[in-house]
Amino acid sequence: MIEAAKPAAGHAVVLLPPALVNLFPGAERRVELAASRVDEVITALDARWPGMRDRLCDSRPSIRRHINVFVDGERANLDTAISAGAEVFIITAISGG
Amino acid sequence: MGEKVLLLVGTKKGAFILSRDTSRSSWSLRGPFCDTWPINHVVGDSASGAIYAAGGNEWFGPAVWKTTDFGESWTHSSEGLSYPPEEEPIKMVWSLAPAARGAGKTLYAGVQPAGLFRSDDGGASWHHLSGLRDHPSRPEWQPGGAGLILHGLVPHPEDEKQLWVAISAAGVFHTADGGETWEPRNRGTRADFNPEDQRYPEFGQCVHCLVTAPGMPDRLYQQNHCGMYRSDDGGRGWESIEAGLPSSFGFPAAVHPRDPDTLYLVPLNGDIAGRYMPEARAAVWRTRDGGRSWDALRRGLPQQNVFYGVLRQAMATDRLDPAGVYFGTGSGSLYASADEGESWTCVAEHLPTITSVETLVI
Repeated sequence: MIEAAKPAAGHAVVLLPPALVNLFPGAERRVELAASRVDEVITALDARWPGMRDRLCDSRPSIRRHINVFVDGERANLDTAISAGAEVFIITAISGG
Repeated sequence: MGEKVLLLVGTKKGAFILSRDTSRSSWSLRGPFCDTWPINHVVGDSASGAIYAAGGNEWFGPAVWKTTDFGESWTHSSEGLSYPPEEEPIKMVWSLAPAARGAGKTLYAGVQPAGLFRSDDGGASWHHLSGLRDHPSRPEWQPGGAGLILHGLVPHPEDEKQLWVAISAAGVFHTADGGETWEPRNRGTRADFNPEDQRYPEFGQCVHCLVTAPGMPDRLYQQNHCGMYRSDDGGRGWESIEAGLPSSFGFPAAVHPRDPDTLYLVPLNGDIAGRYMPEARAAVWRTRDGGRSWDALRRGLPQQNVFYGVLRQAMATDRLDPAGVYFGTGSGSLYASADEGESWTCVAEHLPTITSVETLVI
């Protein structure tokens, strides 16, 4: 389990699932970034690792059905607000066979 | 010779690559690749040597994977591989085909829900050829058992503006202008699942597999849910060639690399009978005369208690002489023939469900 240590001032900490990180060479499990909504988190991740938005969101656009995003422990969508110091968990839901 | 055959295998849990040495005796297997994503189709582009794998993952959506070092390292992309926001998002990529004269950069992708995309930069980015989904028949397209999928891509070998596609269960469509406009090409193929007076519709047939014949660009074969057919006029009219087969139902078809009259099929026992090998005995069926007569090829294949099927993209030939023929089963076994189907060897087993088999000779 990775730790959600306190982020730098004005930043949220974002924790990414291993299956996602594996798809992007050099990507890290723990990212600190500035964002005011979940959609901006996705945009910031996509800027660091091009293509990551497509893995997390579909074309509606919304968070993919089997991806869960929690902001400070609450289930979130793309419009959910993020405050400085927030903890954003991106999780692969149970799926497959 | 000195040529090496690669078998490109798509499975429900990743892509695999088998390679055979030039003595044509032993095979080695590598994989699973593509992070064990469900992979529907793996193809090699002989112009560039690149290998592409099409699939989709329940978590991360559709993507086309690519390797330029025969599987050592892979990248993936779905840039541009999307419909407008108001439409149902793309779930998976089902089929790939390098353009016949594309110089290694151009390829097509068929997706679910059914639609067609093209890349001109070797799979790094894609654009939608929206003319197909603009066809007036589209609101009436119905999904087959695997969903509404574009699983068949047949570029014309000489005319880059021409392309045939196969959609379950909308049928065969053809474009002569690079994908802007399309016409259904299903005349003569049955839809037995329709009411009795509607069994030969303009579209809506459940095509299972569509292939072209070498040296005869206007010859097509299709295995359909309801029959086996040949066309000699680019699909404008289809003739049944199922007489002599044990069943009119099956999924894959693979044509000989040089002889347009030689075709391989794997008939299954029937759509409501379990969809496994007829009489539970494995056989590949071959015609040498364009479908007028058929022979069962069984040597080396199991002849009792065979309850597997073979999926629509899971049979292929190579371009060697004599030609190799290959098929993979739903139960994860892979069979190879080095003598045009006369005898068979199981070259891998216990793989995940095999969705596709293609060859690349390097």
